[in-house]
Amino acid sequence: MKRRTVFKALASALSVGILAAGMASASAQTKVGFVYVGPIGDHGWTYRHDQGRLAIEKEFGDKVKTTFVESVKEGPDSERVIRQLAASGHDLIFTTSFGFMNPTIKVAKRFPNVKFEHATGYKQDKNVATYSGRFYEGRYIAGVIAGKTSKTNKIGYVASFPIPEVVRGINAFLLGARSVNPAMSISVVWVNSWYDPGKEGDAAKALIDQGADIITQHTDSPAPLQVAENRGVKGFGQASDMEHFAPKAQLSAIIDDWNPYYVERTRAVIDGTWKSQDVWYGLKEGMVQMAPYKNMPADVAKLAKETEEAIRSGKLHPFAGPIKDQSGKVVVEAGKVADAGMLLGMNFYVEGVEGSLPK
Amino acid sequence: MVRLESRGDVSRAWSLLSPVVAIVLTLISGVVIFSAMGKDPGLALYTYFVQPLTTAFGVTELLVKATPLVLIGIGLSIGFRANVWNIGAEGQFTIGAIVGGGIAIAFHDSDNFLLLPVVMIGGILGGMAWGAVPAFLKTRFNANEILTSLMLTYVAVLLLSYLVHGPWRDPDGYNFPESRLFPAAAMMPVLWEDSRLHLGAALAVLAVVGGWVILSRAVIGFQLRVVGQAPAAAKHAGFSQNKLIWFSLLLGGGLAGLAGVAEVAGTIGQLLPSISPGYGFTAIIVAFLGRLHPVGVLLAGLIMALSYIGGEVAQIEIGLPAAVTGLFQGILLFFLLGCDVLTHYRIRFGAPGRARGS
Repeated sequence: MKRRTVFKALASALSVGILAAGMASASAQTKVGFVYVGPIGDHGWTYRHDQGRLAIEKEFGDKVKTTFVESVKEGPDSERVIRQLAASGHDLIFTTSFGFMNPTIKVAKRFPNVKFEHATGYKQDKNVATYSGRFYEGRYIAGVIAGKTSKTNKIGYVASFPIPEVVRGINAFLLGARSVNPAMSISVVWVNSWYDPGKEGDAAKALIDQGADIITQHTDSPAPLQVAENRGVKGFGQASDMEHFAPKAQLSAIIDDWNPYYVERTRAVIDGTWKSQDVWYGLKEGMVQMAPYKNMPADVAKLAKETEEAIRSGKLHPFAGPIKDQSGKVVVEAGKVADAGMLLGMNFYVEGVEGSLPK
Repeated sequence: MVRLESRGDVSRAWSLLSPVVAIVLTLISGVVIFSAMGKDPGLALYTYFVQPLTTAFGVTELLVKATPLVLIGIGLSIGFRANVWNIGAEGQFTIGAIVGGGIAIAFHDSDNFLLLPVVMIGGILGGMAWGAVPAFLKTRFNANEILTSLMLTYVAVLLLSYLVHGPWRDPDGYNFPESRLFPAAAMMPVLWEDSRLHLGAALAVLAVVGGWVILSRAVIGFQLRVVGQAPAAAKHAGFSQNKLIWFSLLLGGGLAGLAGVAEVAGTIGQLLPSISPGYGFTAIIVAFLGRLHPVGVLLAGLIMALSYIGGEVAQIEIGLPAAVTGLFQGILLFFLLGCDVLTHYRIRFGAPGRARGS
């Protein structure tokens, strides 16, 4: 009994403290927190999110204070970290990995006045918005380049987890490649991690040994591209421009640019106009960008630029029919494009991907 | 020339004090590191080691984090006493979560109050079954349990990955590799309002008490200690080595399985491709840091949990990099092992013969 009262007193003293801290920060500074799945030095996914955080600091200066927690495991730890940020007076919290979805939703229910932004998820709430990039647009362009430059007609794809986001990228890449060279095929190696340079590099080596002369990846480190550089084949940067890791091998890179979105959402919180939403921005909005087209003949670079422009203007949709799945069944008819439901829940390989999708 | 010379009789006081000395040395190293990083060392140490304990949230989270470490650590420490080296607690943890979680998923529309007990017993039995495999291989074929239990860990983790990517995937989850959420009836009750402190923490305390009773009051505990300290005497006394191997691995597996099911039914509430940030391996450190004594394991589990949580708080409050957490854990182990060596040995300089003569 006695212990309970002590605890209660402690808890109430704390909540007063937190309230006071919250009020103080609301009047002076807006606090923005970030939860990262990898280290900020991964040179890929997390690095780009951290660039977005720095963009907020640059834009708002003293009006905003930003915090981040890196290398947070997707599991019970993430809920604690998110809650700690919410409880320590943060007004806006970005959780930047799919696995943070349910923890974000859970914490958001307890902190109705804190705004949450979850990247790549599908669950929203009054104070939880979701956002992601249409990276498949960039993959399609990369595929076109691969189709024009490959001599073995074989693409090696280092993939993380067989979730729709990743499967969509594989399919978009091959559709792009086959649009210029119908003989192209893709081999996929799953490394079951977002960030594991050792495994990523080994997977790239195995794929090159199997005859792939284009390496691309949906993991967060530059390791596969470095292997491509060492083995004299070509590849693509992922999430950020990785040219300095592979000056001879990088054909281009799909760059995630979160900066404008993060600045815009922070401004909305400062102005009190923040609302929950679900955005999926692509080349048109600038959330997806392409690094300079290099290490390829001029006509290929020109074609890549044209493809990029066509997607940006809406003339070309990477998932325009006819699209056949591995069994040869038509899943998107000629003249139509894949609908949002199919894109978001994609769980089939298109014709030309080797092996079967892990189920 | 530098060499180590056995002290012969090991001081009991020093062997108990050595973890304390190691912790103090770790803190001193912390001051040096933080100063070198240009941070106020006092503030940094306070943020890291004290601030998490100043809030109810921090304290409950500390207990949540320590729960699996203590549960697994107790089981392992009892086995280690008898030189049964169960390195595969991570796998037993995972199987416990799979079996318990599988029951919760199978009865996802049930609100029967018996569901939770069944889920928990399922988890324990799952962990025991995974511990039974190395026990069988050891007693029947004399296969090294270090290897077999470790390799079974990878089997368990891949099995979990297969299940959440395949048959147990949430049918409403857009094919993302997660199971559906467990029903409320399968979730452990929360012990402290508005926190994540769940029944598992109370079970961990019970395990500490149980571990102490087994080691100091039960016949099997006596046998375990004798086998570990004096195998020849144990053989002479007719203690069954096989019985002790089975006991150690079933107990260790069962407690790891309980920790696994407590993690999914206490905090996560669903099965994910990865449910443990290496608790099964960290618990090995916890067992040794705690001197293989139940109370020591409890304290070591709390210290280890604090090192994780303090690392997060230090990132949020003063912008320390995440690597500091690993650094602190590494320094702590280094000093602990160093202190242990110095407890058992003294350092002698010079060649062996001369040193003795002088």
